[in-house]
Amino acid sequence: MTMLNTLVAVCSLYALFLFAIAFAADRAAMRGQARWLRSPLVYTLSLSIYCSAWTFYGAVGSAVRTGFEYLAIYLGPSLVLMGWWWILRKLVRIGRTQRLTSVADLISSRYGKSNLLAVGVTILAVVGTTPYIALQLQSVTLSFEVFGVGDIVSGQESGHTALWVAAGLALFTVIFGTRNLDANERHNGVVMAIAVEAVVKLAALLTVGIFVVWGLLGGVSGALERIDASELGQWRINGGRWTGMIVLSGAAFLCLPRIFQVLVVENDNETHLRTASWAFPLYLGLMSLFVVPIAVTGLELLPAGSNPDLFVLTVPLSQGRDGLAVLSFLGGFSSATSMVIVAAIALSTMVSNHVVMPLFLRFAKRGAKVSGDVRHVVLLARRLSIVGVVMLGYLYYRLSGGGAALSSIGEVSFAGVAQVLPAMLGGIFWRGGSRVGALAGLTLGFGCWGYTLFLPSFGAGVFVPDSWMVAGPFGIAWLRPQALFGIEGMDPLLHTVVWSLTLNAGGFVLASLASFPRPLERLQGAQFVNVFDHSTGPPRWSGKVAQTEDLMIMAQRILGARDAQALFEHEARRQATGGTLPAPTPDFLERLERELAGSVGAATAHAMVGQIVGGMSVSVEDLMAVADETAQLMEYSARLEAQSQELARTAAKLREANSKLTRLSVQKDAFLSQISHELRTPMTSIRAFSEILRDADGLTPQEHGKYASIIHDEAIRLTRLLDDLLDLSVLENGQVNLNLRPGLLSDVLDRAVAAAAADEHGARVRIWRDPRAEEVMLNTDLDRLSQVFINLVANTRKYCDAARPRLDIRVRPGATVVIDFIDNGAGLSAEAQDVIFEKFSRVSDQKAGGAGLGLAICRQIMTRLGGEVSYLSGQGGTAFRVVVPARYAVAAQ
Amino acid sequence: MAQDGAGLRGKPLVFLERQSYRRRRVIDAARVLPFIGLLLWLLPLLWREEGAAAVRSSSAIVFLFGTWFALVGAAAVLSWKLAAQAREPGGAGPGGMGE
Repeated sequence: MTMLNTLVAVCSLYALFLFAIAFAADRAAMRGQARWLRSPLVYTLSLSIYCSAWTFYGAVGSAVRTGFEYLAIYLGPSLVLMGWWWILRKLVRIGRTQRLTSVADLISSRYGKSNLLAVGVTILAVVGTTPYIALQLQSVTLSFEVFGVGDIVSGQESGHTALWVAAGLALFTVIFGTRNLDANERHNGVVMAIAVEAVVKLAALLTVGIFVVWGLLGGVSGALERIDASELGQWRINGGRWTGMIVLSGAAFLCLPRIFQVLVVENDNETHLRTASWAFPLYLGLMSLFVVPIAVTGLELLPAGSNPDLFVLTVPLSQGRDGLAVLSFLGGFSSATSMVIVAAIALSTMVSNHVVMPLFLRFAKRGAKVSGDVRHVVLLARRLSIVGVVMLGYLYYRLSGGGAALSSIGEVSFAGVAQVLPAMLGGIFWRGGSRVGALAGLTLGFGCWGYTLFLPSFGAGVFVPDSWMVAGPFGIAWLRPQALFGIEGMDPLLHTVVWSLTLNAGGFVLASLASFPRPLERLQGAQFVNVFDHSTGPPRWSGKVAQTEDLMIMAQRILGARDAQALFEHEARRQATGGTLPAPTPDFLERLERELAGSVGAATAHAMVGQIVGGMSVSVEDLMAVADETAQLMEYSARLEAQSQELARTAAKLREANSKLTRLSVQKDAFLSQISHELRTPMTSIRAFSEILRDADGLTPQEHGKYASIIHDEAIRLTRLLDDLLDLSVLENGQVNLNLRPGLLSDVLDRAVAAAAADEHGARVRIWRDPRAEEVMLNTDLDRLSQVFINLVANTRKYCDAARPRLDIRVRPGATVVIDFIDNGAGLSAEAQDVIFEKFSRVSDQKAGGAGLGLAICRQIMTRLGGEVSYLSGQGGTAFRVVVPARYAVAAQ
Repeated sequence: MAQDGAGLRGKPLVFLERQSYRRRRVIDAARVLPFIGLLLWLLPLLWREEGAAAVRSSSAIVFLFGTWFALVGAAAVLSWKLAAQAREPGGAGPGGMGE
């Protein structure tokens, strides 16, 4: 019994030491001397709460029972940390930007701040962690018994050790875990205490290991030989369990509430993760390095039937090394206490934020607007939750009888919390994950785990009847808890992990695919998944000025009067409103909600602000604004593209205009040179013959008459040319006055043919007409129309190269009268067709009877009359079509 | 855009590009590391367990802890490189968090 008394004294001293450290750290942090408290080393050490008493004691027991399998639960977390760039980096960033307080907060916040999900995850976490806390109590109790009774075989509890330990742990946690309300603030005291405990347990295990290897087994080579010679000499693992445990432990590392607490919530510098990425795997490696040697030594030295879970203690004891045994005991004690403390803090935060506060807000008479500090309510809720959680663990310990091996209890717990994984990973990597999906997945996974592993873990017949285990519920064989769907012979843990995670992930994905998320879910989803693209999101509260006072009252109750006033004053200064109360801008409301979320969790904070401000308006613009950077870039580049296309179009238009101008300029030059040429030719002959008449003597009267008539002809030609030019210019400028009058088409044609025949150049042309079709009344400028017809008939006379020229004039009456002039000549080439209506274009030079203005004038006239004249190809000769409206419409002008 | 501007002035672009290229590759290495670890630690599934040719526990210990500490070393080197890059001007920001 003296040993037991010493142990109690040591324990008390150690606990006092931890209190002192926690107290000193808190004081230092308050005085602002906490730089060293926030080093990456402390962060890494605080992660070591992963190594609870399960790993401290249970690893050796596991090694004895199943060989190297114990390593798998260290390998999973090592891989997760080495792969920090994938998941942890994102989790930590999200945790910091969203001011997350727990795993439940993460899930709830991601899926639209749903309190239902938060409550679900909280229940899952409490139920999943309870066995684990029981496990810690059991291991501490067992280790006490080892010293107290001296009977290292039975390990049966004889007193109320577990209750005392539980009470002590609850007290410590209440004192240091609820000093301040903001769960997002670091618990400096607690973190420092668990960092010290991390050192203690590593030192204890290493010391025992070194003692065993160099003290008992004769150095490294001796140890390796002894290992090979022992029961553990041959490599044997169950492949499925090996893989399953690596995966499960990695998953649990991400989801365990206590790990999330130190990994994300207590993190105050993202760069610490970088150090932890190698330092924590190193820590785990060292923790597991001496497990096999200790197990082998225990098997050799201790009587058969000794509890292998306690070899870490009993091996030094059996060698009379009481000091070493006490150190080892302290290591185990540290492992158990640090785990329980952090787990209790994490769970109490969840319970108070997601269960107690919402209930309080609902049942408190006037909701969030009540004046007076509610911090005491939150703190009380947390403290009661801590006590409740620890006592639940104690209850589980009593109920389960403390009989099961340590490691199997741990496995049950791991498999339970791992159910959060699909919703978590789906939440941070897949924007399509929805609240309904998360609910479905969690429900399926949790149900499957509870039915196949958790309830049976209490022992046969406690919750699940024996008959169910053997034959299935109500005789349905494929629902047997450990052989779902008739697949038998699987290891129970593996069976649960495979089925629960499959159902969970499947349910999550299918329900997410089938459901449509609410706007807030989509907003939060975008913020979580794209956390590296935009660290501040745009949720939009729309508040009225009158509500600021209510907000102030509420904030004071949660943040405390001083902090709340400071926050509001700061905002008022920033907004420059002049008073102490800022306007409730969306930005401010968002910041306020985040501040509150740090204290009471996202869902509660959202609900509280919502109670005062009213609905949150998530507009389409908000959703559009959340479109990730890629979308913004795409939008930007689309705009650029549109602009460049517009530029290209403008450039094309400019080029077109430029070439048109160039063409016009060329045309003008050609016109000028044409016209000067046309004027010059008659002028030259007039000048030459007039000079002859003036200078030459002795001209006969015949010659005189001849030269004078040449001059006269040329002058007429000049006049005609000038008339034509004038005519064209008048027509082109639209200055012509039309002389509208009614008349028969046949009369117009008669006149035209007669006039053309009077001009007796060219061959005689036989003209075929259809007098009956020509009986069409026209109301138009008949003189101008006749001018067109004369031109067309005269052209045939001049240019038709047939041996017996013939002109066919066909008329098709109607509202618009169509008159075709078709001769039996050679027709025009395609190029000629293009240009004949241009000025000065002549088909051939040999019969240069005119200036080449006739058809240009015709086209102008017809345009003025509201009709057209065009070349008609494919008629076997030269053919022109004249289209003229029977009644000249003024609108055509 | 800024890099294009640097490119017009000549050398700086080459330098910057090379730097950010190295940074990306270090990040790639950090991403690959856990998969290498997983591959190495799943190798024991292939080991023979029965008979005289069975793998002895001492070899298993040497292999598992050897790979473990080697991976820790690799992770430490990568972490150090990432930290060095984060400190450089124009680095990936605090903690090399940017991509």
